[in-house]
Amino acid sequence: MIPALVVSLAFFLLPMAKLVWLSFAKQHGISYWYILTKPMYLSSLWSTFWLSTVVTLASLIIATIVGLFLTRHDFKGKSILVAMLSFPLVFPGVVIGFFVIMLAGRQGLLAELSLALTDERWTLAYSISGLFIGYLYFSIPRVVLTVMGAAEKLDDNLIEAGRSLGANRWQLLRDVTLPALTPGLISSGSICFATSMGAFGTAFTLATNLNVLPMTIYTEFTLNANFAMAAALSLILGFITWVCLTIARRQGGSSLGMGG
Amino acid sequence: MKKGVFFYLQLAFTLLICAFLIVPVFMSITAGLTNNYFVGIKSGLTFRWVEQVWDMYSNTIWLTMKIALVTTLVNLCVGVPCAYYLARTRSKLSAFLDECLTLPIAIPGMAIALGLISVYGGITEFRMSWSFILVGHVIFTLPFMVKSVLAVLQSINFRVLEEGAASLGASFWQRFFHVIVPNCKTGIVSGILMTLTLSAGEFNLTWMLHTPLTKTLPVGLADSYASMRLEVSSAYTLIFLGMILPLLIAAQFLNRRPKRSA
Repeated sequence: MIPALVVSLAFFLLPMAKLVWLSFAKQHGISYWYILTKPMYLSSLWSTFWLSTVVTLASLIIATIVGLFLTRHDFKGKSILVAMLSFPLVFPGVVIGFFVIMLAGRQGLLAELSLALTDERWTLAYSISGLFIGYLYFSIPRVVLTVMGAAEKLDDNLIEAGRSLGANRWQLLRDVTLPALTPGLISSGSICFATSMGAFGTAFTLATNLNVLPMTIYTEFTLNANFAMAAALSLILGFITWVCLTIARRQGGSSLGMGG
Repeated sequence: MKKGVFFYLQLAFTLLICAFLIVPVFMSITAGLTNNYFVGIKSGLTFRWVEQVWDMYSNTIWLTMKIALVTTLVNLCVGVPCAYYLARTRSKLSAFLDECLTLPIAIPGMAIALGLISVYGGITEFRMSWSFILVGHVIFTLPFMVKSVLAVLQSINFRVLEEGAASLGASFWQRFFHVIVPNCKTGIVSGILMTLTLSAGEFNLTWMLHTPLTKTLPVGLADSYASMRLEVSSAYTLIFLGMILPLLIAAQFLNRRPKRSA
């Protein structure tokens, strides 16, 4: 365990401590004050926050439908579908960004389709909706797998009991299935939220002028060479994602927080 | 169960979602092999773009492999003993270590990269070499290795096995290498696969840590997306997928097996 401790101390804790120190060193943490008062940083925080929230909700809904369907029914080719759903889990953010360009970019699938249908080229890829598609892409697999795991543990007797008591499909879903899935949904939802907040690669590929938090950090660091500000912003980001993953762990979820 | 309208609605929805995830993969595979993507597949298939990528970026591919392998090696040497220690002892120190090892999963790669640059960026030789990226990758992947070994250790009763071996006179090292390691083989193998895939695809950290001379594959990808024509980017993506898909399939295969015995 000594080597692990050394590695972790030297290359993780020490850099983190330095980051904290740096973010405060310049004029007693004036960066934090700027973040709270300057509209540029505040709007970047807010837009990232909203985007992540919407992505999380959307992928929770989609994944619940897909996940429940895949656990309840057995059919030919199901294992292939499950494999297809889980592969994108480890695609890096840049590649996902490229996939979004393939789907909704200038020569993408959507552009071709809309050109054939309406004589217009629809391009969503380079705006906030492109980010939405990309974030959805890496969130869905995560949540689907968690929902499937939780749904497998679901007690069929409960559903049978509910049905014998005369509950219809929606009542069963609302009163039996969803409450049983809630811990899994909360944990995977918070992981999904955390990943969306910190997703740099996807945003980086799609557009460099989109005002999401990881891009703001990057611009502060490279273009403005404002190390204190970059440090402060990334610490705030780190704190938010850390809180999310703590919630996820409380709910007994595994930490699949990676990629983006 | 009777297959009603709802079944087919849900099936259609599921297929739609799968298509959303898979279609772009196939699109980029075909685009990477097509002569001219704007004309379409009828312009003919070619390996021209793949060759061009190989000429331009093959060094990034080698570097990625090197870093992924060394990261795995470091993780094995550091992670496995650490998981063993964490499974065996419950003290304040082990709880602290556990927390330190989990945190890098939570902290975005950019923050870790900024921290590393702020502390070690001044040491030019270290900063310029690929070991700077290696350090970032180890920090990022070590938790996954430790967790996957730890999960196996916690599911078996390794203490009894160890005591048995000890009563037969096995020394600590004999016990570790002949009892503990073989018993958590599945955890180690899945940890290795995880480390390889994560390290090969790591971008957030690497982008901040790389120098013009130490570019990894994902960094090269980002570079080609920004400046190359679509076919080249696609061919590059194709090579990347070709690298990580075998790892993913192996991991899937591995995950399926223990479930049966459980």
